Amino acid sequence: MSIALLAGPPGGQGMESLSPHQQRLGALPAVPPALIDSIERSNLRGKGGAGFPVAIKWRSVASQPGGAPVVLANGGEGEPLSRKDRMLMEQRPHLVIDGAMLAAGAVGADEIVLYVGADHVGAIQAMHRAMTERTASERARLRLVSAPVRYVSGEETAAVHFINDGIALPTSIPPRPFERGIDGRPTLIQNVETLAHVALIARFGDDWYRSLGTGNASGTTLVTVGGAVPQTVLIEIPQGMALADAVNAAGGITSDSDAVLLGGYFGGWVESSTAWGLPLDADALRQLGYSLGCGVVAVLPAGRCGVVETARILAYLAHESARQCGPCTFGLRAISAAAGRVAALTPTPGDLEHIQRWAGVLAGRGACRHPDGAAGLVASALRVFAAEFQLHEHDRRCSVASLAVAAS
Amino acid sequence: MSDRLAIGIDRIKCDGHGVCADLVPEMIELDDWGYPIIRAGAIPPSVLPHARRAVSGCPTLALRLQRVAARR
Amino acid sequence: MSSQLLWYTTRGAGAVSLVLLSAVAVLGLLARLRFESRGWPRFLSAAVHGDLALMTVVFLVLHIVTAVVDPFTHLGLAALVPFGSYYRTLWLGLGAIAFELLLAIVATSLLRRYIGARVWRAIHWLAYVSWPVAVLHGIGTGTDRTALWMVAIDVVCVAAVAVALIWRVLVAPPDPLADERRLAAERASFGTGR
Repeated sequence: MSIALLAGPPGGQGMESLSPHQQRLGALPAVPPALIDSIERSNLRGKGGAGFPVAIKWRSVASQPGGAPVVLANGGEGEPLSRKDRMLMEQRPHLVIDGAMLAAGAVGADEIVLYVGADHVGAIQAMHRAMTERTASERARLRLVSAPVRYVSGEETAAVHFINDGIALPTSIPPRPFERGIDGRPTLIQNVETLAHVALIARFGDDWYRSLGTGNASGTTLVTVGGAVPQTVLIEIPQGMALADAVNAAGGITSDSDAVLLGGYFGGWVESSTAWGLPLDADALRQLGYSLGCGVVAVLPAGRCGVVETARILAYLAHESARQCGPCTFGLRAISAAAGRVAALTPTPGDLEHIQRWAGVLAGRGACRHPDGAAGLVASALRVFAAEFQLHEHDRRCSVASLAVAAS
Repeated sequence: MSDRLAIGIDRIKCDGHGVCADLVPEMIELDDWGYPIIRAGAIPPSVLPHARRAVSGCPTLALRLQRVAARR
Repeated sequence: MSSQLLWYTTRGAGAVSLVLLSAVAVLGLLARLRFESRGWPRFLSAAVHGDLALMTVVFLVLHIVTAVVDPFTHLGLAALVPFGSYYRTLWLGLGAIAFELLLAIVATSLLRRYIGARVWRAIHWLAYVSWPVAVLHGIGTGTDRTALWMVAIDVVCVAAVAVALIWRVLVAPPDPLADERRLAAERASFGTGR
């Protein structure tokens, strides 16, 4: 790929400044009148995890009454296994800002908020430097906001809540941010990777973008590959590429593996035999019942127990709950505690049955999708590691040699 | 034509008082911690008065009636 | 209508109102216990609390109307204005205040869906003023205030509310999510600690 998000100077050299950015790709084009149509034909979907069609979102925001809209470039990246947003902002900040400018022009927004995690220092510094390189009129519309890095702080309503009131916790809907968000105005929230793709589509067209994908898929996508690979890497792949090929591009697996965590903590486990052949395309995966999520592919190494890893993730998710809704606060905590006991080979009778029952009534009962993600993860774990869960609960044995016990 | 109504809830306002489950058990039951599990979809016409009572009886005003197919 | 009948009705309705208002207060204070049993479903506590409050208003209206129209008392509508009556200005004034606060509380409760939980709760706190002021009104100006039966009623009502108040403060479980929410909000902001 000669033109792509990460093409250009190797990542190790830090951020790409404005001048090389413009030399490589051309100046930021004026907002084409039919940009939204072009985005629609490109079939671009949001890269934050939900995969919502971008063109539909933009049209919704543009048609809202209630004041000039605001664009929020969401680089919150609370998912611990994902690196793409912070690295994209670190290396290609101008792509993100270009995309945000184009989005603002297309929906009639006069203000852009760049939302970054406070811990992602490299990203903050690069975005800050990039802002200083822009024109004065662009800088007047840009605002950099850094928020606490928590799992839910990248959630749309949480980002708006933080900007309005300083608390990065989700709020109830209605109203959704696209109706009333920052300062009560219609707010377009788009993941930074999505905006970077927009910046390229506006320059080179949707035909070009579609051609980058494999088969029916269009465009490229950023994937963080970790686990049983030489090291965690961020790669850019044509959408539709087989998961095994992506893992090979990331250095290949370093051990046998029974399962892959696809999509991040709110994605799900897939047995490896199925996983290797899965196309890494948001649309295709959804149709197959999986989720690309935020582009995380984590290969479970040999010697690691799926039950123990799942319990560890659930403990994290329970801890990261916003604690605003009863079902998530208490239900997810109970599931996590039970999973921890099962993982540690000290189950209470009925733990597995409880996990199944509680997870079954978790989805859709919170103000945000945090409990839904956890419920999906649990369901996939119970399916993929069914035998191991039984072994842990009934025989109090773990088939994997090492017993790294999950803290619950 | 009249839209069918469903029960919507603000999960942050809900404090698990459980009054709703008493008043409209056809649509709402409580989980192990006293928080409502709400049957999705249209409220049967015979149950609608009870649903209205549940909505106005909620101590934190967390419940509302909304048109069916409103997501979340 | 004979003045005697009006007078007795005023006093009787006043006593009944005090008992009812005290029952309302007790139920309101104990609402936090979220009491329920087989014979007493959850919704009943709030429902009875509200129904008794409405009954209290009915008896209070009776109490006030019979007092105002009674030719013997020369009270007139000025009595409804706090401290607007020449007769026992202070004590009647307290009664007027207690009544008007109660009206505000009842009205906002009936219109709760339209004014929202926050405003409703703020006004409802006035109950902590309304009840004691009503008791003082009765003790200050009640014709029967020294009668044994009335003293007994006063003692029982005050004791019941006092016990309920102490119970509520000491025993009533807090909202299960209150601490959690505060903790999570702190961690999600740049306030105190991360």
